[in-house]
Formats: sequence, C-alpha cells, structure tokens
Amino acid sequence: MTQHSRAKYQPSGKLQFGIFFQGVNSGTIWKAAESGSQTDFESFRRIAQTAERGLFAAFFLGEGLRLREHLGRPHELDVAGRPDAQAMLAALAAVTSNIGLVATQNTTYNDPADLAHRLSSLDLLSGGRAAWNIVTTDNAWTGANFRRGGYLDHADRYTHAEAFVETAKRIWDSHDPATGQWQRVLHEGQHYTVDVTPRLPRSAQYRPVLFQAGDSPEGRNFAARQADVIFSAHPKLDDALDFRRDIVERTLDAGRGANDVKIMPASEFILAATPEEARDKKAWVRSLQIGPQQAIAYLEQFWGRELGEYDPDGPLPEIDPVVEETSETRGSGFHGAKARQLADQWRAEAKEKGLSIRQFVSAKTSRVDATFNGSYAEVADRLVEHARTGAVDGFNISPWLIPTGLDDIVNHLVPALQERGVYPTEYAGSTLRENLGLATPERASASAPTESAPLEARV
Amino acid sequence: MGNTNKTAGGWGFLALELDGVARAADGDTAGGATALAAAVLAAESAGFHAVTFKDSPAEGRLNALQRAAFAGPLTRSLVLIPEVDTAYTEPFHASTQLASLDYVSGGRAGWIATAEDDPAAAAAVGRSYVAGDGLAQEAAASIEVSRRLWDSWEDGAVIRDVASGRYLDAGKLHYVDFDGPGYSVKGPSIIPRPLQGQLPVLVPASLVGAGLVEPSGVDAVLVSAPTAELLAEEIRDVRERLGGGSPAVVVELDVVLDARGQGAAQRLGDESAIGKPGSGGTDGARRARFAGSAAELADLLTEVLEVADGVRLHPARFDVDFEELSRLVLPELRRRGVLAPVPQDGTFRDLLGLERPASRYAATAVGN
Ligand SMILES: Cc1cc2nc3c(=O)[nH]c(=O)nc-3n(C[C@H](O)[C@H](O)[C@H](O)COP(=O)(O)O)c2cc1C
Repeated sequence: MTQHSRAKYQPSGKLQFGIFFQGVNSGTIWKAAESGSQTDFESFRRIAQTAERGLFAAFFLGEGLRLREHLGRPHELDVAGRPDAQAMLAALAAVTSNIGLVATQNTTYNDPADLAHRLSSLDLLSGGRAAWNIVTTDNAWTGANFRRGGYLDHADRYTHAEAFVETAKRIWDSHDPATGQWQRVLHEGQHYTVDVTPRLPRSAQYRPVLFQAGDSPEGRNFAARQADVIFSAHPKLDDALDFRRDIVERTLDAGRGANDVKIMPASEFILAATPEEARDKKAWVRSLQIGPQQAIAYLEQFWGRELGEYDPDGPLPEIDPVVEETSETRGSGFHGAKARQLADQWRAEAKEKGLSIRQFVSAKTSRVDATFNGSYAEVADRLVEHARTGAVDGFNISPWLIPTGLDDIVNHLVPALQERGVYPTEYAGSTLRENLGLATPERASASAPTESAPLEARV
Repeated sequence: MGNTNKTAGGWGFLALELDGVARAADGDTAGGATALAAAVLAAESAGFHAVTFKDSPAEGRLNALQRAAFAGPLTRSLVLIPEVDTAYTEPFHASTQLASLDYVSGGRAGWIATAEDDPAAAAAVGRSYVAGDGLAQEAAASIEVSRRLWDSWEDGAVIRDVASGRYLDAGKLHYVDFDGPGYSVKGPSIIPRPLQGQLPVLVPASLVGAGLVEPSGVDAVLVSAPTAELLAEEIRDVRERLGGGSPAVVVELDVVLDARGQGAAQRLGDESAIGKPGSGGTDGARRARFAGSAAELADLLTEVLEVADGVRLHPARFDVDFEELSRLVLPELRRRGVLAPVPQDGTFRDLLGLERPASRYAATAVGN
C-alpha cells in the first residue's frame, strides 16, 4: 500500500446520485394510484432506466433475509417482498449500460468464496459496474433461515465482516494476468474456513466497488479500512460535515488518503415547481407513508402489546410497555432500547410538542433531517452547499414512489444542479469506479503468501 | 414404443447448453456479456425451447443463475434453466434467487438442482465433503425448502387494501418450519410466490428414487447413458424405476457435427476443436456423444424424442455446432413435426404441460 501523508481532504465540488430501491419499508407509498409493483421486472427496468437518463452513478438494492414481523406474525402494513439483489441486478445489467449496480449483501449469512464469485460474475457481466454494500446484520432471528442459525455474537459482527471482506479481496486479487493462473486462497478463522482456487479474472474495474452501511464506531473504522464508499445516515449539512471530519480522521488513521472514502448519505427528496406546492406534496407523502394503522403498529412494536384501542389522532398511550427489550423483528436497527424508558421519553416529547400518535410517529419515522423538501431551485441551492463544502460526495435517494419516483428529480433537479456546475453532464466512463472517481486498486503482489495470517485471531 | 411424453402439443423440446459462451477470459473484461446476449437471441430465433447454464466450478465460468437472469429481459419465449447446487449453498438463498429469476424472465425459469460431488466445493465454503446418498439427501432437503418457500406466500398475499391499511394479508403468509439434515429453515420467503407458482425442478436421474429425491418432488429427470445407442434402454429403466406418475424425461447428449468442411470424426480426433471427451454429466455420469452429420442427428433426435420429453444438447464447440444445429437440424425436426410448439408468452410449466399448482398452504388456517 502506498503511504499517504496526512494530506487534507479536498472537496471535489461535485455530487453524484444513487437510487436506493428499498423494497421493504414504510417510506415507499403503495396506496397511491401511481404506486406500481414492487416485484415486476418492469418496475425495476423503468426506474433504473430513468436513473440512467439522469446520469445516476448507482442503483442500490437493499436486503433483509427474514420477512419482518409485528407482534409475532408477518408485518402487514408496509411494502415487502423484494427480489434477490444480485439476480435482479444481473437482469438490469442487460437493459442498462452505465449505471452502477450495488447489491446489499450480508456477511453473516453468506460464504465468502460463494459471495465473492457471484459478485465477480455480476461485475464481469455488467462490464465493471458491480458493487457490494457490506452489511453485518447478525441476529439469530434472521439466522433461523440459514444452515448455521444464529452463530455470531453481535459484538463480533465487524471482526467477522472484516475477515470476510479480506478474504473476498484476496479472491479477487488471486488472478495473475501475467500467467493466467489463480492463486489458491486459504483462510482459517474463528467462524469459517475457506480453501478455494478462484476462477474468474478481473473485471473492467478490477473488482467490485465496496460500499459500507453501518454507523457504529466499529462500523466506521471498518469502512475507513476497507470501503470505497460509505452509505451513511447523515445527509443534513452540519451532521454531514461532522461525519466527513470523523471519517477523514479514521481514514487517515487507517493509513489511507483523506479522499479515499466517498460518502453518500441516504436521503429523500420531495420536490415541486414552487415552495408551496412542495410543502403540500410533503403533507400528502407523509399521510400516505404513515397511515393510522402504521402509527399504532409503530408504537406496538416498542410497547410489545396491542394498542388497537388507542386513537391514532389522540395522545400517546399512558399504559407502559410489557417488554424490557424491544424486539429485533423489524429487521436491523431496533434492538437495544429499553422500552419503558423510551415510552416515558416519547410521551414527554409528544406532549411538549403537542403531537398526536400519528404526527409523532410520522416525525420519528420520516427522519426529518433526511428529507430535502422545496422547489427544484431551492433544493438545488441547498445541495450546492453540500458540494462546495465537501460534506458529501452525493446522495443515495430513496424514492417514495415506484416506479415513477425519480421522474421529478431527473427532469428538474438534475438540470438545475448541472446549471450550477455541481452535477455531471455525462458519464465519466463505463465502469462504476470511473463514474465515482475511484482509483483502481493495486493488486496485492503475486508473491504474497497464499496462507493468510488468521485475521480474526489478530484483531 | 408407446409415447409417454408429457410435453404439451408435440413430442418434445430442445434445450441448448450454453457452456463456453460468456466464459470470462484474460483480457476479456466484459465477461462475455455481448456473446451471451447474442447467443440467447440466436437460440431463441433458431427455435430452441430452452437454454441451460452449467454451474460447477470451472475456469472463467460465471455464476449460472446470474447469466440466466441477464438473459431474462433480452428474450421473449426462451426458457432459462440454470444449475444451482444443493450441497454447499444456502437453501434459503437458492430459493430466493430462483424465484427472482422467475420474475425477471416473466415466468420462464427452471432449476437444474445439482449436488456437487467434489471435495474442493466443500472446502471452498468450509463444510465437510458430502458423498454418496448424502448428496441426494442434501438435494432432497434443498428442493423441499425451495418448494415450501415458494408456496409460503399464497397467491394474492399482496392485497394493497387501502381501507384496512394492509399491504399484505398475514393470513396468506406461512412459516415453512423445515427441519432437515443438520439445519432448519423458518420462512416465510422474502419474495412473493414465483410467477409460475412453482418453478419446474429438473434433477439428474441418479439422485432420484426412493430414499433419495422423491420422484414426486421432481418435474423432470435428466438421463445420461454412455452411448447414444443405450439411451432408449436407459430411459425405459428410469421410467420403470420411478414408477407410474414419473417425472418428464430429459436426455443429456453431447453433439459434434460435421461442420465447416471438417467431418465430426476428424473434429473428434482434434481435442482442441471439441474440448475434452466423455464425462461431465450433471451427475458425473458419462454423457452419450453423437458425432456425425446434421441429417443423422435429426434421425437420432427423432428417435429419442419418441421416448423422451426433451433433449439437452451440449455442443462441443458452441459457435461451430450451433450454426449447424440452427441451419440444418432444427428446421428438419420442425418439418417432421417432432418439436413441441414454442409457447408464446408462456411459462416453462406451459411447455412441460404442467398446471399452475395452488400453494400447499392455501387450505390451511389463517396465520399458521
Ligand atoms: C443507510 C443504511 C442502509 C442500510 N441498509 C441495510 C440493508 O438494506 N440491509 C441490512 O441488512 N442492513 C442495512 N443497514 C444496516 C447496517 O448495515 C448494519 O448491518 C447495522 O446497522 C449494524 O451495524 P452498526 O452497528 O455499525 O450500525 C443499513 C444501514 C444504513 C446506515
């Protein structure tokens, strides 16, 4: 690895867009007349081709390996039923030509040799447009769908993930173009062993681009060492600047350059021609995202009991939760909070702000700071600040409508950003690495030991 | 000999194995995507009913299911059948991937369920090597998991009921609670029921039988024999062994044709022109090889399709043999009325003459 001086971070002054097709969430509106299918290929084709028309760098698919539940049975109120990321992206590779194809894939319930091979296949099929969004979801509830069950301690998720990613990188590095041969890759670790002779050559972008999503300090350090791009949770300008500073620091500490890790936060755009229309539209979007049933269900999940008798337009329930720890069954991100303490806090907060159940939940779930709401020109002006300060390298946009949810952005916001000089006017190249402005990795030397020091033991 | 074929409206179908197309080679960083796109379009316009995608580890061979998915949006009627291993993969992932393939192909997906008999495949994922009947048991378990997961969302589970605020009807979603050899799977699936309800599952005959993969769980068996002459007998034996309501039969056949001024015999003597001879059947069994003229192959296929429902052709050299197949062999077979009509806007089940089944959970009580 080249040694970098602790050179300062240099803002590129540019933004990139990605589209995050969530597939399982309350942010996607299914109640509107224009809400399309979440599974038909035509929905995916339409939105991916729209994104490509808007010169988006990447099309992301999320992943959740167990169907979400609510009070012990499948959760009914939100969109669900998402195709396998890599199968869908391989199909999209056939009908797109420049956009990056990013598969969210879990390190806990995949095997490194198999996942590395499939990502390589996608990378080759797409002419160097594949990426892996590395997630570490580890709960035993998800594990119930897999051979190994819930084998991994939450505390070990990143140790495991890092050994996994190191192994995948060695698999991608194993091909020596000079000889046309592959080096055998061996890994013996605490959680798995790999002994494989890889069989695919490098792609047009060398190997898949690595994204990371996960916000804990361990997650950030992991990203600083391993990732090309962070799919972050901090779009608001001041938060984004804090996050950038934090990541630059960690990246330098990891011996990499200040500009080596890009940041693209998750975000939502609600736009219209005028500020007034945009405000109205936002109210409409929110009312469809969090209906009365969703509001009650959201609280039930933390209260651990049915709250059907409460009025969604009334105050938060005065009764206490029946669980000490909230469940993880909505997928990732809900574990750990102490329920009773949380209930007290929320009641106080709602009372202070004069919010009904529905208003409170809407505010909680819509992540106010992740939403850009306003006229095309207003929002374009705001985004210019993000570009100028280098707070982010772009945004990962979650559309609230499928498949038309990017139309406004591509038709109006993109041209406004281009006029302001902060958005690309053409694809820089045909690979994702080129389009994100990432350097080609250096191949680990061919004489590198084939036997790895067991990384999990080292950490 | 009586025709016991199941294929709808004709004698049988032809599947073309695409191995060798889109092998990623040094310097070809496009992974052969262009070649793959050209090959599936050519196969479709030549009148092949299906293409298959080998998946056992080989240099430059891209993941089969992804190649099939890539072909989905490019084709209209061609059935897409990848091999997916059952021994060293996660059954839950395989099920989701195959259901997704059915969506991106508009209901044209099938599955050749293989069981990799290879210590190296075990070592790659850090599992113990499974051999003998253990392989059939892994295949049986994985197929059962997929079938249950495909049914775990009943048809119409996505209700989009604005009045009650429900996108899904939990009463139409089911835990599969599979308990198998060394693992269990809870379910439900994370993707709605495939367009076909159940993808047709093809399994090498050697894995199918009592105590192995039960014939009732299989839509077609892949039958191999050491020589073309022995195929008819082998098919008879397999049908006898599997009994009355036995699955459809698809024959595996290597093909080396007289082509480009070279006789097949000549090509056979020149390994570089045809690749390695002999083995390499889906189940490791020896595959029959036909070597000769296009007219002779048409005769053989006519005979074989009298007793089999389909043939999977493995061309020795894709570009060379495909040209002869499409130019000479398929037109002759069509002229003789040997080939099933290609279903337009149809599914793989339509081609096999299979009804779209109801979900196994459809009759059970709500919420189970
Ligand atoms: C913006 C964002 C998107 C994410 N998307 C997914 C996803 O699609 N699937 C998933 O399993 N986890 C997803 N995660 C969860 C994280 O990747 C991670 O596994 C989890 O947050 C635990 O890591 P942490 O403790 O570092 O946060 C996402 C996280 C973030 C911040």
